[in-house]
Amino acid sequence: MKLDRRGFLGVGAAAAATMSAPMVMGAAHGKPRVVVVGGGAGGATAARYIAKDSGGAIDVTLIEPTRTYYTCFFSNLYLGGFRDMSSIGHTYGAMASQGVNVVHDWAIGVDRDAKTVALAGGGSVPYDKLILSPGIDFRDGAVQGWDTSSQNAMPHAYKAGSQTELLKSQIEAMPQGGTFAMVAPPNPFRCPPGPYERVSMVAHYLKINNPTAKILIFDPKAGFSKQKLFQDGWSRHYSGMIEWISPDFGGAVDEVRPGSMEVVADGEVVKVDVCNVIPAMKAGRIADLAGVTNDAGWAPVNPHNMATRADENIYVLGDSSQQGDMPKSGFSANSQAKVCANAVRGELTGSTVFPARFANTCWSLIETNDGVKVGASYEATDEKIAKTSGFISQVEDDAATRAATYEESVGWYDGITADMFGT
Amino acid sequence: MFRAIKKLFFTAPVIFITGAAPALADGHAAEGEQLYRTLRCAGCHAVGPDAKNRVGPQLNEIVGRAAGSVEGFRYSRAMAALAEEGLVWDDENLRAFLTAPSEFLPRTRMGYRGVRKEEDLNELLIYLATLTPETNLGIAHIEPGDPEVAAEILAIEGNVEYGQYLSSTCVTCHQASGDSTGIPPIINWPADAFVTALHAYKSKARDNEVMQQITSTLSNDEIAALAAYYESIQE
Repeated sequence: MKLDRRGFLGVGAAAAATMSAPMVMGAAHGKPRVVVVGGGAGGATAARYIAKDSGGAIDVTLIEPTRTYYTCFFSNLYLGGFRDMSSIGHTYGAMASQGVNVVHDWAIGVDRDAKTVALAGGGSVPYDKLILSPGIDFRDGAVQGWDTSSQNAMPHAYKAGSQTELLKSQIEAMPQGGTFAMVAPPNPFRCPPGPYERVSMVAHYLKINNPTAKILIFDPKAGFSKQKLFQDGWSRHYSGMIEWISPDFGGAVDEVRPGSMEVVADGEVVKVDVCNVIPAMKAGRIADLAGVTNDAGWAPVNPHNMATRADENIYVLGDSSQQGDMPKSGFSANSQAKVCANAVRGELTGSTVFPARFANTCWSLIETNDGVKVGASYEATDEKIAKTSGFISQVEDDAATRAATYEESVGWYDGITADMFGT
Repeated sequence: MFRAIKKLFFTAPVIFITGAAPALADGHAAEGEQLYRTLRCAGCHAVGPDAKNRVGPQLNEIVGRAAGSVEGFRYSRAMAALAEEGLVWDDENLRAFLTAPSEFLPRTRMGYRGVRKEEDLNELLIYLATLTPETNLGIAHIEPGDPEVAAEILAIEGNVEYGQYLSSTCVTCHQASGDSTGIPPIINWPADAFVTALHAYKSKARDNEVMQQITSTLSNDEIAALAAYYESIQE
């Protein structure tokens, strides 16, 4: 139980599992089949819990294109220099050895009548229950002048990995006294404190390496998560460096120009050195292709079990779901996955289904040893996942509290990733 | 083993800390380490990777260690008898021993009159607890200030299967393996200590906001279920 499986099971084991997957699936004929699309906080957790708790009675396949998954949470800490990239990368070897068939491929379609998922690599995977946890995609035309073909000039870095590395290298290449701009997203979006933690981390880097640089946040929202805490931290640690531009003062951008590195807001053209565009979001594409999303671009779900309103055999977890009051966070997705796994297992094997209960906590780092958190409990009503009570860090917290909060966030990172990947 | 500890632990009147917030515990541990030298513990008891027995046995992993069990050390008959009884050192009995060694164990060879100041004893015990890796600390999880939990609440029989489902919220932060990096491990706890600690968060006698939040949604039965589940998976 205390063996560190990560030590000897890595990419090799995951690859072996992938190759043997069709055989395993064949051998499991007759067992109920669960297919999970997306190996992040929602999907990896759901796949692992169903496999683990059913003790082999359910055939579980996880479809995830990447062999090394980089968590979006803590990727801002990489930008600030608090983590290296490898420390937020995770592989699927341990999960594969725990009874999950891991298939590294793209899911490109869902046939709801035949109950199959089509793979980009050819072929399809049959399911009795399908769990989609594909994270987010960006809305076309959300920021005038930007589309995914501009993401090299103006990275979003809102899916962790090469985009995050690109943004960091651009920050490092900024001229002394240069300007970093962020185009912040409108609600609802993945990780509500994320853009503002990112600004904090960029400021941390610049304060050390480029102290006369400036940060501009163009924000279409009149307020944001943990706003008082961030703004207090910015004035204490990064005085004069960060300017948050709310919509009243021209924060809603008219256009970005990736070719000339310009942001046009309130009729004014601003030349910048780095531009981090975080566009408006919608559910991951496969949810759309499965036909379970609404006009707003998200998948409405039943709060008791995360089944979609459109199809009781398709469940949507995490960022892609429209569930009510929970923020789109890794913690939320992980919490929803456990409720869903319990319900799916109950439906397929008759195991006890316990009432849904949800929790979330989001930690953010403002500066070295200055961590803050916000959290809440939720219950399932017929209408939505409803917040019952919550807490948030206080501006008056002493330094020891903030340091302990940061330390707690590090413990949480190791906890949730062990829980997701079975390491 | 855990039954024995539980008995020792819960029959003693004063209860004590190990699972405090890391920053707080570190602060006290540093002072405790200094006391370990100034109170002259270090003269007889070595600690650290190369610790050898001196006049007294080395004290690595003393908390959670069976009495009289260090290889190569010749114990007094009194201590050997204690070992025979299966005593395992925890915060509780160490506190009693260190307060007045010859009262706790008549004819002990430890020629030390006892730690006089309670504050010193608190800090010293926190330091001693740091000599045992957290994952091995299956004991002593109650903090001073934790309200006493009514006997009828401690007596609730928890539903293990429900506890397992509820534990899926715990393991998002507290690793199932017991590994810990900034958040304390919660495996291998005696059920009564588990229940007492969770009620201390629920009543806000303990101050971690995440734990206060999580426990605010747990009923007495649900806390019992969690304790029963965690007790059921003890190695």
